[in-house]
Amino acid sequence: MNSGHENAVPGRGVAGSFESCDALVVVTLPLPLPGGGASASGGVSLHLESPSLAVCGERMRRVALETLRALDVNDADVAISDRGALDCTLAARVETAVRRARASAEVNRP
Amino acid sequence: MTTTLRRSSLYVPGNNPSMLINAGIYGADVLVFDLEDAVPFAEKDAARILLRNALSAVRYASAEVVVRINSLSTPFGREDLDVIVPQRPDTIRIPKCETARDVTDVDRAVGELEAASGIERGSIRFMPIIETALGAWNVMEIATACPRVTALNFGAEDYTADIGAIRTKDGTELADLRARMLLAARVAGVQALDSVYSDVADDDGLYEESRRARILGFDGKSVIHPRQIPVVHRAFTPSEKEIAAALRVERGLAEGKRMGVGVVVVDGKMVDAPVLKRARKVLELARAAGALPKEEESSCR
Repeated sequence: MNSGHENAVPGRGVAGSFESCDALVVVTLPLPLPGGGASASGGVSLHLESPSLAVCGERMRRVALETLRALDVNDADVAISDRGALDCTLAARVETAVRRARASAEVNRP
Repeated sequence: MTTTLRRSSLYVPGNNPSMLINAGIYGADVLVFDLEDAVPFAEKDAARILLRNALSAVRYASAEVVVRINSLSTPFGREDLDVIVPQRPDTIRIPKCETARDVTDVDRAVGELEAASGIERGSIRFMPIIETALGAWNVMEIATACPRVTALNFGAEDYTADIGAIRTKDGTELADLRARMLLAARVAGVQALDSVYSDVADDDGLYEESRRARILGFDGKSVIHPRQIPVVHRAFTPSEKEIAAALRVERGLAEGKRMGVGVVVVDGKMVDAPVLKRARKVLELARAAGALPKEEESSCR
């Protein structure tokens, strides 16, 4: 399982694991600025590492980006370490990481 | 009459992608995807989302899909239902049931979610789990709390801890609960499923406990490892000898009926209506399990 303490970083959410058929996903969202609003949008930066990058990389990237879009995430750093996750697993881990990142950013709202 | 085959119920941890995806390949009659005890507090959110996605993406062939939610008395139970019910699981396993209200509260929530998700109201069934002294005391009201209840289960470890008993290999401490639960299930017209056997390496012990449960009238048993499935199936599937004897009873009474008598002798023993009832149960179970000889397929329909 993931090392939960990484979720304690404001704006960061971690989900998944390095187990077979899973993926470890780290999502970092921009923190809200004091007085409201967020920092300027830098778009989505996606870093993907997988043993099957050459064959499945494009599809995995698409699944991750579609999941982010469905969650209205337009500005985030996303790092995925894949260990053979199916699409449904990857989407679940990305969604969980986003929700945890949002919760963490909310807790640390200035 | 059809028999719902629930010889084995395989617990599958809700936050393990590999096990969620492969759960269907082991041949369990029932798959119990667990959001409760198998998932630590810090991973409840992750398991719920992962299981939702798996249920919408993976087809589990003929297995009954059951989800064990967290109790509604925890911060997780209601959200489990919100996320899982729209995926149309066949059945919800409700932990730590102590009163009828523990069932009717889930019934109300599931009913609302079925309506909101376009699912026929009442189609999702329930399996309450008895895990405490109070639950055991109230097992009859739990079994009859709502038409969704389709089977009763119990949690041996929690129950023995709650009543202050010593956990033994032969299950002496569970005798009263098993008897009570079985009677409540039969009065309610639902199935009774035995608890897990936690020594995964002991096939002989598992078979013996399963066989004794079947003798008591139980319909199946929960398992915690795929290797336990064939052992449990062997115990809960009628043997060729049982099937042959049941067929002789059925034929003997049919012959007696033709001759105008209600009691006949088969294999040197008196056979009447209750014996036929038991024989028919054996044949129904054998047919559901695919263990009936082909030429007999139509005889017990």
